[in-house]
Amino acid sequence: MPVLQLKNITKRFGSLTANDSIDLSLARGEVLALLGENGAGKTTLMNILFGHYRADEGSIEIDGTPLLPGSTEAAISAGIGMVHQHFTLADNLTVLENITLGTEPLWSWRQNSKAARQKLTQMSNEFGLVVNPDAEVADLSVGERQRVEILKALYRDARVLILDEPTAVLTPQEAYDLFETLRSLTAKGLAIIFISHKLHEILAISNRVAVLRRGAIVGEVKTGNADKSLLAEMMVGEKVTRPTPRSIKHGKAVLKLENVSTKGAATSSNLQSINLTINAHEIVGIAGVSGNGQAELADLLSGLCQHESGSIELLGENLKSISARDMLSRGVGRIPEDRHKSGVVGDMQIWENLISEDLRSKTTSKFGIILDKSKAKKRAEDLIEKYDIRCKGPLAETKLLSGGNIQKLILARALSPNPSFILANQPVRGLDEGAIAYVQTQLLEARDRGVGILLISEDLDELMALSDKIAVMYHGKLSPIFTNGSKTIAEIGLMMAGQESLPEGTLQTAAVEMGGTHAN
Amino acid sequence: MMDLLEIILSTGFWAATIRIVSPLIFGTLGELICERAGVLNLGIEGIMTIGAMAGWMWVYQGGDLWGGVIFAATVGGIFGFLHAIFTVHLGLSQHVTGIGITLFGSSLSYFVYRMLLPSATTPPKIVPFQTYKIPYLSDLPVIGEAVFSQTPLTYLALLFVPIVWYMLQRTPVGLAVRMAGENPVAVEAQGINVLAVRTGAVVVGSALMAIGGAFITMSAFDAFFFGMINGRGWICVALVIFASWRPGKAFLGAMLFAGLEAFQVRAQQITGASIIPYQFYLMLPYILSIVAMVFMARKAKYPHALLVPFRRGERV
Repeated sequence: MPVLQLKNITKRFGSLTANDSIDLSLARGEVLALLGENGAGKTTLMNILFGHYRADEGSIEIDGTPLLPGSTEAAISAGIGMVHQHFTLADNLTVLENITLGTEPLWSWRQNSKAARQKLTQMSNEFGLVVNPDAEVADLSVGERQRVEILKALYRDARVLILDEPTAVLTPQEAYDLFETLRSLTAKGLAIIFISHKLHEILAISNRVAVLRRGAIVGEVKTGNADKSLLAEMMVGEKVTRPTPRSIKHGKAVLKLENVSTKGAATSSNLQSINLTINAHEIVGIAGVSGNGQAELADLLSGLCQHESGSIELLGENLKSISARDMLSRGVGRIPEDRHKSGVVGDMQIWENLISEDLRSKTTSKFGIILDKSKAKKRAEDLIEKYDIRCKGPLAETKLLSGGNIQKLILARALSPNPSFILANQPVRGLDEGAIAYVQTQLLEARDRGVGILLISEDLDELMALSDKIAVMYHGKLSPIFTNGSKTIAEIGLMMAGQESLPEGTLQTAAVEMGGTHAN
Repeated sequence: MMDLLEIILSTGFWAATIRIVSPLIFGTLGELICERAGVLNLGIEGIMTIGAMAGWMWVYQGGDLWGGVIFAATVGGIFGFLHAIFTVHLGLSQHVTGIGITLFGSSLSYFVYRMLLPSATTPPKIVPFQTYKIPYLSDLPVIGEAVFSQTPLTYLALLFVPIVWYMLQRTPVGLAVRMAGENPVAVEAQGINVLAVRTGAVVVGSALMAIGGAFITMSAFDAFFFGMINGRGWICVALVIFASWRPGKAFLGAMLFAGLEAFQVRAQQITGASIIPYQFYLMLPYILSIVAMVFMARKAKYPHALLVPFRRGERV
């Protein structure tokens, strides 16, 4: 008898059907992977299971007993635990407080902290999830916070554990530790639902894979019978191949940073003496866990902040102070990290966003003052066609576009003035496979034309697939640049965690386990 | 110089400080509870006004004093509930709603006052709370007279400091309140109703504010007149920040402000003080409070979800 059964779950948000009559079952001790692209409906389904949302149709059974819909309280007491992608922890409170909230009747005169601490310590030891119960969550690393989230579920005697994109924020080593933990949990009978779009992880951890596409289950397969290409095809619905770079000799330096430091509010993310050279015909990848200075580096090169010290040389010219206008006029193309927030203005029309970096140009204005709307629209139409932006035309509102098409718009804007340097910050995050392939192809073509590209990404697979050289960022410092291929994933992972050298032991296994090769 | 020192060492100064601090304690603790749950309550000025009016009116109409306190707290709680409906359940701007509650509460107080007493020219008086000397303790030197010879409402204010601290830090419901102000999604994910927790905190906090208002008409004075809250509510909002959202520090902050207030009244009267315009003395508590706040609030750990409405089941 399955521990969990979802029957005919349907959920609509307005006109969008996020989940379309989904049936799923889960057995004790099983790891079911829920695979799907962003927006396929994985998280919505799990939020229904955990009671955050109420399904429009369908029912859920735990051990044959129907679950009260739309109540997290009911879900928890039925034995469902969820580790959210964005952790649900209170930073200013201690680990113990975060875990014990809701475990005692609200109206009692005191908390039984002593018993709670005892239970927590015992569980920590049993499952190998070590945390200090009295530490404040704000002081914990991301990996530790995830441990707290798992402990929170186990503390409530979860029998079904949902993990939503659990490795998205982890270094490869932390991900490896997580997998070890999950294995020991399933050995004790826990059933796990593992949400991911990373194929190698799914192959490594799951027993069975259910694939979601546009809100519906399009297939289920035993992991033993699956491989990457099969899963990728099921997920995307067609065969999509990501581009691979061809080898090309790099040219002379386009951008050169020497001992560049910035000064801001957060100490761990200020740039500290960055040395970095990007040549023509070259993609330099920046690896690192987010929040280690990547945003500051991107802001600096976009012209959004100033450096404290050091020198920045663009096309052989030393830049004293930097402004966004300056960087644009010097031929810097920018692909910002958050395309919705800082890439486009959603409420404005497509043509407006397409010319927004080029308002003074003679091609779209009269004397650089008065906007020539017909010329601007004509140019927008050309770009829409050239970059295959799927829309109703240049007058459509930008926020109606899909993420992939917004990214194409930004690409069109960045690439059309023939830049000599491109800053690509997380250019494919959250895109579907087709759009990823498109964006990557465009970047590689730009590189082949002689553009120097700085590629910032948290996805090591992406970096290793595209970059000529890689450097790792940690606490605002940049490692020496090395040629892509000269270090293993495990070695880069250690550098991402701030360690310089390889300790002995499990890491070779980790390297094998974490894929070693590129997704798809 | 010696004169100033004499003021600080006098029993009268400390007694006055304790008297002035009482309504501030109620107001600050009330605001603190609201904000720890994630809801800024700028309705405090109006809620204190209506508390002052309601308590006084109850007694003026023939009710007894403690009944007046309970009535004031109830009315305050109702206004808090109103604030919670707009800010917690409908997720509207906490600033705008709070100022609206303040305007509404103050105006309604004056309106009701005029409705019931259309022709009164001098504010009618009631018999307020009387000094109650606590046996034995009031015989102690200095603090006997300063602390233990006050009205019962002052003792209640002083008692509320440890009570609120204990409730927030040591009980499950306090943990839920704090967590609701830090990360409401975490509360929801633990199976607790965020809206209920926040509403409860705002209602209780507002009831405390109203008692603070009632103190002014029923203990400090014996009548209700216009503008008598006189910005005390705003002082409480500032004191919460000064206190980094901690009850113990809130008490110290309130004592500091009250001490300056008591000091300036006395400093005006010493010989030679007239060189400085008296307005300067009036300003003193505010200026020094701002200075102290700048230093205290810099490292404050504010509740992360303060001002952030929580909407259940909403797509993020």
